[in-house]
Amino acid sequence: MTNSWTDIKNTDLVIIMGGNAAEAHPCGFKWVTEAKATRGAKLVVVDPRFTRSAAVADYYAPIRQGTDIAFLLGVINYLIQNDKIQWDYVKAFTNVGYIVKEGFGYQDGLFTGYDEMKRDYNRSTWDYEIGPDGYAVVDNTLQHPRCVFNLLKQHVSVYTPELVERITGTPKDKFLKVASMMAECSSPTKTMTSMYALGWTQHSKGSQNIRCMAMIQLLLGNIGVRGGGMNALRGHSNIQGLTDIGLMSNLIPGYLTIPTEKEPDFNAYMSTRGFKPLRPNQMSYWQNYKKFFVSFQKAMWGASATADNNWAYDYLPKLDVPAYDVLRAFELMKQGKMNIYFCQGFNPLQAFPNKAKLAEALAKLKLLVIMDPLETETARFWENHGVYNQADPSKIQTEVIQLPTTCFAEDNGSLVNSGRWLQWHWAAGTPPGDAKPDTYIMAQIHLRLKEMYKKDGGAFPDPIVNLTWNYKDPHEPSPDELAKELNGYVVSDVFDPNDPTKKVLEAGKQVPTFGVLRDDGSTAAGCWIYSGCYTEAGNMMARRDNSDPDDTGAYLKWSFAWPANRRIIYNRASCNIDGKPWDDTRKLIWWDGAKWTGYDVPDIAPTAKPQDVGPFIMNPEGVSRLFTRGMMRDGPFPVHYEPFESPVANLIAPKVRGNPVARVFKDDFAQFADVASKEFPYAATSYRLTEHFHYWTKNNHVNSVLQPEFFVEISEQLAKEKSIQNAGWVRVWSKRGSVFAKAYVTKRIRPLMVDGKPVHIVGIPIHWGFVGAAKKGFPANVLTPFVGDANIETPEFKAFLVNIEPSTGPVA
Amino acid sequence: MSAPYDLEKGDAVHPGRPVQVDRYTVGARINHWITAISLILLAISGLALFHPSLYFLTGLFGGGQMTRTIHPWIGVVLFFSFAGMFLRFWKANLWKSEDGTWMRRIRDVIAGHEEKLPELGKYNAGQKMVFWGMSLLIMVLITSGVVIWQAYFASYTTIEQQRIALLVHALAAVAIICVWIVHVYAAIWVKGTISAMTKGQVTGGWAWRHHRKWFRELVSSRKSGTRGTPAE
Amino acid sequence: MFPPIPNPTTAPVAPKMSDADLVRRSASGSPSQVEFKEPVAKLIDVSKCIGCKACQSACLEWNELHEEIGTFNGTYTNPPDLTPASLTLMRFTEWVNPETDNLEWLIRKDGCMHCADPGCLKACPAPGAIVQYSNGIVDFDHAKCIGCGYCVKGCPFNIPRISQVDHKAYKCTLCSDRVAVGQGPACQKACPTQAIVFGTKTQMKEWAEGRIKDLKSRGYKNAGLYDPPGVGGTHVMYVLQHADKPSIYAGLPDNPRISPIVEAWKGVTKYVGLGVMGFAALAGALHYLVNGANKVSPEDEANAEKLAADKLSSGGRS
Repeated sequence: MTNSWTDIKNTDLVIIMGGNAAEAHPCGFKWVTEAKATRGAKLVVVDPRFTRSAAVADYYAPIRQGTDIAFLLGVINYLIQNDKIQWDYVKAFTNVGYIVKEGFGYQDGLFTGYDEMKRDYNRSTWDYEIGPDGYAVVDNTLQHPRCVFNLLKQHVSVYTPELVERITGTPKDKFLKVASMMAECSSPTKTMTSMYALGWTQHSKGSQNIRCMAMIQLLLGNIGVRGGGMNALRGHSNIQGLTDIGLMSNLIPGYLTIPTEKEPDFNAYMSTRGFKPLRPNQMSYWQNYKKFFVSFQKAMWGASATADNNWAYDYLPKLDVPAYDVLRAFELMKQGKMNIYFCQGFNPLQAFPNKAKLAEALAKLKLLVIMDPLETETARFWENHGVYNQADPSKIQTEVIQLPTTCFAEDNGSLVNSGRWLQWHWAAGTPPGDAKPDTYIMAQIHLRLKEMYKKDGGAFPDPIVNLTWNYKDPHEPSPDELAKELNGYVVSDVFDPNDPTKKVLEAGKQVPTFGVLRDDGSTAAGCWIYSGCYTEAGNMMARRDNSDPDDTGAYLKWSFAWPANRRIIYNRASCNIDGKPWDDTRKLIWWDGAKWTGYDVPDIAPTAKPQDVGPFIMNPEGVSRLFTRGMMRDGPFPVHYEPFESPVANLIAPKVRGNPVARVFKDDFAQFADVASKEFPYAATSYRLTEHFHYWTKNNHVNSVLQPEFFVEISEQLAKEKSIQNAGWVRVWSKRGSVFAKAYVTKRIRPLMVDGKPVHIVGIPIHWGFVGAAKKGFPANVLTPFVGDANIETPEFKAFLVNIEPSTGPVA
Repeated sequence: MSAPYDLEKGDAVHPGRPVQVDRYTVGARINHWITAISLILLAISGLALFHPSLYFLTGLFGGGQMTRTIHPWIGVVLFFSFAGMFLRFWKANLWKSEDGTWMRRIRDVIAGHEEKLPELGKYNAGQKMVFWGMSLLIMVLITSGVVIWQAYFASYTTIEQQRIALLVHALAAVAIICVWIVHVYAAIWVKGTISAMTKGQVTGGWAWRHHRKWFRELVSSRKSGTRGTPAE
Repeated sequence: MFPPIPNPTTAPVAPKMSDADLVRRSASGSPSQVEFKEPVAKLIDVSKCIGCKACQSACLEWNELHEEIGTFNGTYTNPPDLTPASLTLMRFTEWVNPETDNLEWLIRKDGCMHCADPGCLKACPAPGAIVQYSNGIVDFDHAKCIGCGYCVKGCPFNIPRISQVDHKAYKCTLCSDRVAVGQGPACQKACPTQAIVFGTKTQMKEWAEGRIKDLKSRGYKNAGLYDPPGVGGTHVMYVLQHADKPSIYAGLPDNPRISPIVEAWKGVTKYVGLGVMGFAALAGALHYLVNGANKVSPEDEANAEKLAADKLSSGGRS
């Protein structure tokens, strides 16, 4: 989230698209009801199904899954055509006037530089024209034909309401109603918030779905303001923490990146991470990258990370591929190239696509280690459960070790919520049986490995042997110790350069903020963005003061929000170019003539003059990007691409199948249904129900009572066509597998008219499996295709093709 | 000539002083008393749940829960027991012309002027009305009782039907208790009656006075008891 | 936001509700000395409800109830009906508004309405098994319940359920145990969107007015409060988008009242019945006193002997 859950109460319009907040985030949804009840805010829901969010919405529009970009580009077109743009904001704070390099172009669904063989672009033309002064060239009059605005206007012009209807199935009048409601928020005193979740991420173009709405929010002037923002609703209670901490194969904590094999030494690594400002006076905060990186290396390897060994740069692995994401991991497993797999709080047999492939891959492992508080299907992948899991244990040699862990309620620690709040929690219960904290288990593994490497040596034992391990009890690092390490501490005294007698930082003390981190090895910080969470003043995450002066929703004294306890990021943009709030009734921060002040921690240098320094301090431009240069693999502007399994061909680019740069492994392509397949005529989507949390709560009796059995949702029209009875059995199958389910024949799903042809939707909740308290059932991933987003490899769970028929149910 | 409708199995005359008349067999008497006890228990347990002031009666059955449990089961016993009585007695309770006369002279009945009444069969019209009244009310009670038998049958009817059943059950119960009062009172008022249901016998004089037609039939059909020997 | 009820202290709190607060006990006379408390109410704002079933879950957990895991029955309503363990239930109705042709997914939390004039209490034969506190809460005392199911027939909302295990009646208690120590019901505590709020009945009515105004501004011209007068008002009230048609919300009664049949049964029948039975017995006694016993005379016996002797000696051989 750019904003916070509590800030949603400040909005005038909530648009839920690519999510189902009421159902999947009922606790956070209270702030939507609050905005509605106290501000008279409106709620709009755009979704293939009439969801529980739609049940409390002021306006609902249906949409075919996987066509959000067409809808949103249609909205941008509407905003431009109707001049519903907050021009003062857009001109001052976006790259709308930047001139794009000559040679950049777009045609038939593809940008310049496409290589069909590599399924990748050469992105060199996707950039600004750089002037002789080394800065990007800008035309604030927006007259230049290659300025971002004119390129954008041209790019979206095809997405007329008529075309939007033909692609998305959203009736034109409904599309126009939603577009006009959004357009009203181009006023500086009206804001819209976008709440989205997996409904946008789980597509082969998930990142672009989100980007597209971010562009709308910029055009409406809704980023950085109260009640605005792009608000990703995180699913797991700590999934935000997962990405912050860099639990991805290509990340280092705090959104630093793992070197690639093209960066064999530190200088090569830093050469692409200089972040020289692209406009005069801009902060380009990533210029501090080296400080954060060196502090991280110091936290990892302490005295072994020195200036002489380039801060132990060689200790870091170098990626030979863009990322070892989960899809790739299972592909490698299937090919027999990955032999040992640790699942820590992870149930991939349910959570990743194409269960048959996953099971085949797991069966090729030598060792599978499961660390989980619950019994998982993955731990039992080898067990035969009849039709629900047709494994043959006699043919599987994988050794499976289950290490029972504590759950979140049984230990202390912090969870990072969607609003980037690090909220400390305290153990509420004693763990059952032999369950141990994950930290204990990992410490055991580490200490044993360390011992082995010390004794036996090895190709390169240094990163493990030298790993900092200064915990009171080396066998069980405490949550407080780990949190302090993440916050960072002073390694050696630092003196004021102007007055060497004045000690600025004292060795051994916790750092107060990432602002003091240094690239000379005198500071250490495990995750720079968390600096400030556990300072000399104590555990800031454990703060529980819910005072909120003037009811702004900031709650600065409740827990700690990264970065720097800031609740709304880019909050400098809540003021106009002169530092005056756009909306006096919704002030956040402002320029008092000498410095920035207000209710939130300003997201700008305190004395940065408003006219000089742009609010988007992480960008070298100082402004936000409507044209995103070469930073996304699939284009500087979003383009409508159909899902890989689509009931219709791409209307704007019939030759393009799916996202043209999404990675597809060879065997998986063969397992996709054809476009407009007769064999698999129905557009399916998978989703969560409020009664369950992923595959956990089916282990819980009460949740299983509230939603006991696997079902699929279909329209009355499809039920009639197929002679399917409500609550009767059906079989649903895709090119990858087949499931039996009860049918829910509902008015909440209606067939959509897509380019003159009806498209039926089959809705598939994901929560059932072959272990747990609930009735045995099938997980949706039996059916889903093995392909991910082009940028971050989130699997395409939301749009695929199936067939359906009435059935007499499974025969166990 | 067919046998008179009101002669029942076991009815017999034993000459002597006084004449003894067999009115009810052992089987009939057992049947009657099972029915009687059931009805009394049902009345008590039913009344306990009918009016709060009588709730203390549940104490006789081991408390409210037990009363609630046992009442319908006693009802089942009563139903089958009464069914046995019905099969025994229905024929003798068929309505006859003299019953109409008896009814028209109800004042004489109440005043005890039996000499002004026609000669009657085994049962007078009052007894017949008690019989048919009981039969009808027991049918109503068992039917409505099943409808409100929460533990087993609640799911077979709508709540509205159950409400009607409750009202009907209560009204029928009041009625059957009144019928029972008439029945018991008549047995007490008409001396010599109770022995019919205890010993199975009444005196000849009782039969002569109250059921002369039946007595004559018995005598003329030579239904004499085995105990008696031909007249000396 | 309706001001949340503060969390309780960890120190013991004396209960604020006791037998001294009972205004009515089933099958009993009216308690004489009642300490009247401000009536409380739970307000369920259907328009704010997102059907998350947190209330249902909280109810099961707070009351330590064990509901069975059922099957999918063709709706999101699970279990399909109230049970002795499910004292509250989210009922989902897919309703197409004939005026707008728009689908509305009506989600109503079903459960005891805590009527001011409770039909269950009226029907109950067991003294004190159903009680009404002066704050309006209607509660079941399971130690006294006999499981007859009369409350089921008495209730105009079809709420109480009889357990097949212990044969006792169960329904929402409005968390009388929590209210007694100054807390709101568990469902209200768990509700994430303040679709359930709890306070005095006056506060709830005021709060509902604001909600209804908001709903009217959004085009729900028939939005209103459901506090049915037929049962004397209720201590659980609904804000409905379509208050003119309560029955579209999974059969919420349009004009609930205690069934006239139940009124007749528990009213006139009870008294007239006792009277009639008493009269019958009295009439018998009087008759006996006035007329005396109907005795068999010696003449009767003589006549009988004569007839028996004659017939049996002669007729026997005819």
